[in-house]
Amino acid sequence: MTLRPAEAGPAAGTAEPPAAPPARRRARRPRRRKSSRARSQAWAGYLFLAPWFIGLFAITLGPMIATLYLSFNDYSMLTPPHWIGLDNYHRMFTADDRFIHSLRVTTVYVAVSVPLQLAFALGLAMALDKGLRGLPIYRSVFYLPSLLGGSVAIAILWRKIFGTDGIVNTFLGWFGYHGEGWVTSPDTALWTLIILHVWTFGAPMVIFLAGLRQIPRELYEAARVDGAGRWRQFRSITLPLLTPIIFFNAVLELIKSFQSFTQAFVVSGGNGGPVDSTLFYTLYLYIKGFKNYEMGYAAAMAWVLLLIIGALTAVNFLMSRFWVFYGDEK
Amino acid sequence: MPVLFRPASRLTKHVLLIVFGLFMLYPLLWMVSSSIKPEGLIFREPGLVPHDVTGANYSGGWHALKHSFGYYLWNSAVITVLAVVGNLVACSLAAYAFARLEFPLKKLWFTVMLLSIMLPHHVTVVPQYIMFSKIGWINTIWPIVVPKFLATDAFFIFLMVQFIRTLPRELDEAAAIDGAGHWRTFVQVILPLCVPALATTAIFTFIWTWNDFFTQNLYLTNSDNLTAPVALRQFLDASSDSSWGPMFAMSIISLGPIFGFFLAGQKYLVRGMATTGFK
Repeated sequence: MTLRPAEAGPAAGTAEPPAAPPARRRARRPRRRKSSRARSQAWAGYLFLAPWFIGLFAITLGPMIATLYLSFNDYSMLTPPHWIGLDNYHRMFTADDRFIHSLRVTTVYVAVSVPLQLAFALGLAMALDKGLRGLPIYRSVFYLPSLLGGSVAIAILWRKIFGTDGIVNTFLGWFGYHGEGWVTSPDTALWTLIILHVWTFGAPMVIFLAGLRQIPRELYEAARVDGAGRWRQFRSITLPLLTPIIFFNAVLELIKSFQSFTQAFVVSGGNGGPVDSTLFYTLYLYIKGFKNYEMGYAAAMAWVLLLIIGALTAVNFLMSRFWVFYGDEK
Repeated sequence: MPVLFRPASRLTKHVLLIVFGLFMLYPLLWMVSSSIKPEGLIFREPGLVPHDVTGANYSGGWHALKHSFGYYLWNSAVITVLAVVGNLVACSLAAYAFARLEFPLKKLWFTVMLLSIMLPHHVTVVPQYIMFSKIGWINTIWPIVVPKFLATDAFFIFLMVQFIRTLPRELDEAAAIDGAGHWRTFVQVILPLCVPALATTAIFTFIWTWNDFFTQNLYLTNSDNLTAPVALRQFLDASSDSSWGPMFAMSIISLGPIFGFFLAGQKYLVRGMATTGFK
């Protein structure tokens, strides 16, 4: 089938219907052929997507709606769901101190660890840019922790490093400090998890590195000719041109860190201790749903989590208008 | 003057980076060194070079639980390999449809797919658990593996869509002229060119599934079904403060495959991160 360039466009591109041609007779044949092709493509499209559709409805959308339904019920898997309206939500915000506490813990964790992690990621990405010798080795070394950070093994290690007789205290002991364990003290346990999160700055760093490479060298050369110093170059070129990537990383890490679970679970021994100081939101949800079998309550918590993450992302997007710079704007 | 200073400042930079890199890796190196130190010496020696080397922690840890640790590693391996296959098949099929085919409501479904990347797992996990327990799948690998064959890790669909979009359309058209249908175009033309994206998917799926604790801890509770991370956690619960050596030894063994994949697939990891990161 030979196509003239004018026809090749829509056939290969989007499904927009071709504009009604003035000469009907000439247009009829290609149009019919195209529509049968379009129909076969539609079939093929849905066939190729069949596994995804099943997953979408059975594993994702269906359960999501079921969660919403369950959140208005009292349900323990043993007896049928019992409709209680908004009681779960009401109880959460008025009668459950642990819930409020878990929100507070998670907020501190996210608000401290994400900016710190991104600052490290950006700083190291800047240090590694500009054709540094041995860059692949450095990049690997800094990237490795972000692959391991989510594992149980590292959480166990952390518990030992920051334990009462862990190496951190051994170190501090040389300087005359003899304190209790960092993971066993309610004042510091959360901070060990924050340090663990910052330790995994390698993933956003790699994304920053790719972003830095997109910035045209000529801009820096021109700036240097104009006498701009390093700081000025960073403020006026690097930072503005990198804002879309900072934004992307911020959204991604925010969503991810809000759902942190494994580290808190392992480091605290599964209960969010000591004294609930590491009771992450998702950990509390897990305890409610799968330890106490208050599944309706856990479902309500899940929807509140979705709303929080949705709202944070929306706020992020709205604020991005004021600080994110996309190159095509004038 | 600047010419004179440059090598020195570059050297300073390298020194700083190396010191910082060692600082970052110190916990890992310390764990490795502790795992071969005799019990009792571990915490008196924050140094990395062990004076006394022993394999006792490894042999002790290997047999510390109900089954040998190799049993749990095998359980992890089965789940992980199936998850990788599932993601490769299902996500590439969906990606081909989104990148190359035209069908009604495509924009809507594509948006739904993108949104599902952001969806927290916790929003679906309660009904999923109820559903899987109703059909008798608790303590089987199916709740972990089957969703992968249904392309629920939409992140990888997106990754592959981005990749396929960079392939020239002329290839598809040439295949069509040769009489190839969509299936043959997909299998014989697009897939072979997607190897980098497939490799990235395989490596990330491997690492994430191998590390995954939440799902495996939820669905695999029978002591015969535990995977390596869940077994490690039970080890931690069961042992007193004195058996850190064996636990470190098993931790290192459980991290081994991740480290191996990391070394083998660095190129794809970095590229995958970088190309999906934005654009």
